[in-house]
Amino acid sequence: MNYSYYPGCSLHSTGLEYGLSTRAVFKHLGLELTELDDWNCCGASSAHVFDHTLALALPARTLSQAQAFDRDLVIPCAACYNRLKGADLAMRHDPEARSQMESMLGFQYTGSVAVRPVLAVLAEDVGVKRIADEVRNPLLGLKVVTYYGCLLVRPPEIAQFDDPDDPQVMAELLRAVGAEVMPWSHATDCCGGSLSLSRSDVVQHLVGRLAERAREAGADAIVTACPLCQVNLEMRQTAEPKMPAFYFTELLGLAFGLSEASKWWGKHLIDPKPILETLRVLETLRV
Amino acid sequence: MKMEGDSVRNHLLDEVKTLSGQQVELCYHCHKCTAGCPVVDAMQYGPDLLLRMVSLDQTDAILKSRDIWLCVGCYTCATRCPNDIDIAATMDGLRQMAMARGYPAGERDALLFHRLFMGVVQRFGRSHEAFMLGLFKVLSKVPLMNDVPAGIGLFMRGKVPVLPERLSAPVQVRQIFAKTRSKK
Repeated sequence: MNYSYYPGCSLHSTGLEYGLSTRAVFKHLGLELTELDDWNCCGASSAHVFDHTLALALPARTLSQAQAFDRDLVIPCAACYNRLKGADLAMRHDPEARSQMESMLGFQYTGSVAVRPVLAVLAEDVGVKRIADEVRNPLLGLKVVTYYGCLLVRPPEIAQFDDPDDPQVMAELLRAVGAEVMPWSHATDCCGGSLSLSRSDVVQHLVGRLAERAREAGADAIVTACPLCQVNLEMRQTAEPKMPAFYFTELLGLAFGLSEASKWWGKHLIDPKPILETLRVLETLRV
Repeated sequence: MKMEGDSVRNHLLDEVKTLSGQQVELCYHCHKCTAGCPVVDAMQYGPDLLLRMVSLDQTDAILKSRDIWLCVGCYTCATRCPNDIDIAATMDGLRQMAMARGYPAGERDALLFHRLFMGVVQRFGRSHEAFMLGLFKVLSKVPLMNDVPAGIGLFMRGKVPVLPERLSAPVQVRQIFAKTRSKK
């Protein structure tokens, strides 16, 4: 299978290991990711603050580039996914928005590109069974909670992915690789997002509560699918001991026995190795 | 509120509808938005009360409040609203009104962050953390040394590239900003 790939800005910087692990997992599964070469920022949490048309046009431009290829567009970052999916739906269902974007960007919207999060591609195109078949190092004994944050599932009419209150897809994938997924009620709570710099006190409060509840649920780590959630979880926890935050793709890669996996957590601010060392998984990788 | 003969016109409701497409008058104040809002503790009014204030045309109090700048756009309110009001989109409309009328942002540094972020995207086409964080450190009122250890940690792990990936934004991106009136 061949996919177009939109990493977004974070995966080239603070979310580096999300991009590395996504690429490694796809490669291992025989799926090809072709990065769009002239993509631009999706507008993230800021464009919509200023102007509705600006917030629509930035992701629409990237979509116009994806249209050159007859492939689904795969997006790891929750915010990027939300913005591109939102722009696609606006052009698909609102003729006024479509003609505005077509004339602004000089293209014809065909609606031929399906915008999909990495989680959906792995669950639907690969499937839990194949994921389980690929496991070389089952993550037995690793207790985690799944954390989606906001934009992968909300608002549901845009995200159109999983259950906005009680999403399950990430848990199914993690169970398939042997992890134990602990039940908790905070999978779609907000981490404070872009307030991280201007009101770090607010984000510390939200992230602190997430870490506390994850610990109460019996988890050793939080597993995310969003680079902003991950960096907020790592940077804004104040209470010790700190709870590590993985990308779900890192854990899949580890379970598949990919040798580069150990490089990914070298990039974490909260070292997850003490947790992984209790698993014996690392011994097989000789880390 | 202006009296026009027998009718009473609420200008704020109309403006919010034009800017955000949201019908705030549908709110029956069930408080689900406020109950689910992650940042309500830091707000002065909270989302439900803000909607009520829109209905009561309390323009000045709303546009100078910090609440409209604290909204992080998590869409918990929009997802739960039984009347399908996208309250996050309403907040965007109110922020745009506040900026257009020259109100100083009730959360100065929150707006500064958005301005710098979009300024960098306008310049380079993509976000560039080192550039943006540097400017934010200098221009914000957040103590200069806050986050410096974390910033160094990210840098040492190769997560804050010094140079932007592209030297300038693609022509089309610059055109998008120009056509949407280049509000950084």
